[in-house]
Amino acid sequence: MSTTPLLRMTGVSKAFPGVQALTDVGFELRSGEVHALMGENGAGKSTLIKMLAGVHTPDSGTIELDERPVSITTPQRAVDLGIAVIHQELNLAPNLTVAQNLALGREPRTRFGLLDRSRIRREAAAKLERVGGGIDPDAVLSTLSVGMQQVVEIARAVAQNARVLVLDEPTAALSETEAQRLFSLVEEMRGRGMGLLYISHRMEEVYRLADTITVLRDGHWVGTSPRAELGPEEIVARMVGRTLTDLYARRRQEPGEPVLEAEGIGDGAGIGPVDLTLRAGEVVGLGGLIGAGRTELAQLLFGAARARRGRLRVGGRPVFHRSPLDATRNGVAYVPESRKEQALFPDMSIRDNVVTTGLGLGQVSDLGVLRSGRIARRVASQVDALRVRCSSVLQRVVELSGGNQQKVVLGRWLAVSPRVLLLDEPTRGVDVGAKQEIYRIVDRLAAEGVAVLVISSDLPELLGISDRVLVMRNGTVAAELSRAEATEETVMLHATGVAAGSG
Amino acid sequence: MTETSRAGDPAPVAKAAGIASPRAGRPRFARLWDRYGILGVLVLMIVLMAVLAPNFLSFANVFNVARAASINAILAAGMTLVILTRGIDLSVGSNLAVCGIVSVLLWTSGMPAILCIAGGIAVGAAFGLLSGALIAYLALPAFIVTLGGLTYLRGTAYLLTDGQPLVADDLGFRLMGSGFIAGVPVPVVLMLAVFAVLWFVLRYTRFGTEVYAIGGNPEAARLAGIKVKWTLVRVYVIAGACAGLAGVIFSARVMSGQPTAGETYELDAIAAVVLGGTSLMGGIGTVQRTLIGAMIMGVLSNGLLLMNVPYFYQLIIKGAVIVLAVAIDSLKNWKRA
Repeated sequence: MSTTPLLRMTGVSKAFPGVQALTDVGFELRSGEVHALMGENGAGKSTLIKMLAGVHTPDSGTIELDERPVSITTPQRAVDLGIAVIHQELNLAPNLTVAQNLALGREPRTRFGLLDRSRIRREAAAKLERVGGGIDPDAVLSTLSVGMQQVVEIARAVAQNARVLVLDEPTAALSETEAQRLFSLVEEMRGRGMGLLYISHRMEEVYRLADTITVLRDGHWVGTSPRAELGPEEIVARMVGRTLTDLYARRRQEPGEPVLEAEGIGDGAGIGPVDLTLRAGEVVGLGGLIGAGRTELAQLLFGAARARRGRLRVGGRPVFHRSPLDATRNGVAYVPESRKEQALFPDMSIRDNVVTTGLGLGQVSDLGVLRSGRIARRVASQVDALRVRCSSVLQRVVELSGGNQQKVVLGRWLAVSPRVLLLDEPTRGVDVGAKQEIYRIVDRLAAEGVAVLVISSDLPELLGISDRVLVMRNGTVAAELSRAEATEETVMLHATGVAAGSG
Repeated sequence: MTETSRAGDPAPVAKAAGIASPRAGRPRFARLWDRYGILGVLVLMIVLMAVLAPNFLSFANVFNVARAASINAILAAGMTLVILTRGIDLSVGSNLAVCGIVSVLLWTSGMPAILCIAGGIAVGAAFGLLSGALIAYLALPAFIVTLGGLTYLRGTAYLLTDGQPLVADDLGFRLMGSGFIAGVPVPVVLMLAVFAVLWFVLRYTRFGTEVYAIGGNPEAARLAGIKVKWTLVRVYVIAGACAGLAGVIFSARVMSGQPTAGETYELDAIAAVVLGGTSLMGGIGTVQRTLIGAMIMGVLSNGLLLMNVPYFYQLIIKGAVIVLAVAIDSLKNWKRA
């Protein structure tokens, strides 16, 4: 790590109409350093990144590269200066090949002005080699996994001689193996003297990778420290401005009667047969690797996918869920994995997002006409109970932070009083404060006798809130672990199939 | 962000939302433009026409404009629902012709007027049902299904009339086209009724909420337990029924069933919807704004006619105005991005 900073921000402020996004923020990034930028959603991380990417310009303050002030007015300017930002949503053309993507915008031509295809492919192979290789330059991008696509984007940044690489929650959509590959790539880039700014909510990653950690809160700089001097509790305390005690506080209780019983359930293809019992008042964790079939299983139980095998009973009564509506009528609710793609109605208000379920709309209407009084009561009770932070229930849901959006989605389902709640990655993209609130909600529901199934790839979370843990592998439940048996190791052993005698 | 903040407490919002609400903090003008911009375009156009075209603002002409625009407006009303669900219905113009002919055929076969009207609307709804079922249950693209409808319904219209206009001088429901209620032309009354009903439906019914939900995020709607397919079918039935009513009015206006009626009307209807600011991506839009869009087109046609602008130029100007109005409307999104 060198001593002179590669990139320095000093006294940077940025306001948007109605909100001060950043106030007097400064930090330094050195070459050969992985610098983690942490903070809750809304702390100002994305605003800061967008300034480096040339999307926003600071209202005041300076950005220096190699101790020379620069103004990054456009995204192209950022590229020219050697700053590459890998966003959560990748900036590549899914319909083109890897090689075409890598050449995008600067395609080599032949003497006749035609595309020089062989050179595009040759150069692509060389660029991919610099990030570890193993990717076919002729593969159409959309056929690659998200992790591989990310590697392609990093390859492009490297090829453009980027010296500052900003990674915005790069592991959010990656499997464990893909994440591991990314980590080694990050370490390699550091070894080559790049400065990496790494944004992540995941404490483990930050501890594994970061040399230095800067925390932002409410648009203010809170502190920058070498990783070694900063414990995880301290980081969280800096992020939320208070100490979080007992993140996963749970009031354990003897589970009650079985509420949902599945026997040999499966889709007749890759999923099942699975036996599963959820009892009143218990929280069951569903662990496993991405692709193990956890989401698919939840969707079978919820009727979002058709179960072709097995039997399902809810409250002791045999049921068949042909559609999510059937499931909700039987008291089964499902909060999907991806808020944006599967749960939110972005153009609608918080109020409408809460009442819009097939069952809920029926309950708040007479002969198809909505009753505003009933809607207002229902929405107010959920918004209050879940402490959704909003200016009004008529506010558009996209204006909320990730945590508050998730609470709105939870409220949508709690409003129809489910007996079984299936939560698929309930805290993904949610900041620590909101995570704790969601755990409290789960605990309250269990205490009220709801049977909760939680799918989570976040192992501490899975172990922290569950009363017992089921581990899925290859579409079936490979192991059931009691609270005492379940550790990060045992879950991973069964998830990967290393554990003897499992599945 | 404090632990004690609750809903209704505005202070923590800005913090919680981070980069935050592009809408809440935008200058007042931008918000006004959002809401009333397209109405401003209509007012501007009326003022322009009042200055340029003699007699434009005369009492009789105001109703002329509204009456002439009513058929397009009724088609556009149904089209709004379709477009709100990310769909499109290219068959409404041809459907109009078939329904108009059916209503005249029913009359010539001796049916009472009320049944002729109901029959025309029912046939429109039935073809809407067919399109909707193909689109929803077979998951065929709306564009293709209704493009087919545009063609086979036009063929049906020719077949029913043997390619000739079907004249009925004694048409029992001619008041549907030429009558007045309290001094207001009947087509205008019907148009306002259609818009009032659909406004209510979109705003105050379960079905309306489902339409917006499906347009905003179809996968989320499905996972929320909404009957997405059935809702889509109903949307196309409504668009078809609107085409049926428009067909009956058309036949009543010209006292005949015309196999060529309604050609390219589907495009005018789409233009009115888009002028009204409804997003072709679905989920955003209202029928009242579509009404304004339809009126802009009506005012433009009428004004150009009064000014004796040759027909070829009328088309060029109309097309340009559509593009221009939408461009102005999209400025707001531009600034936001």
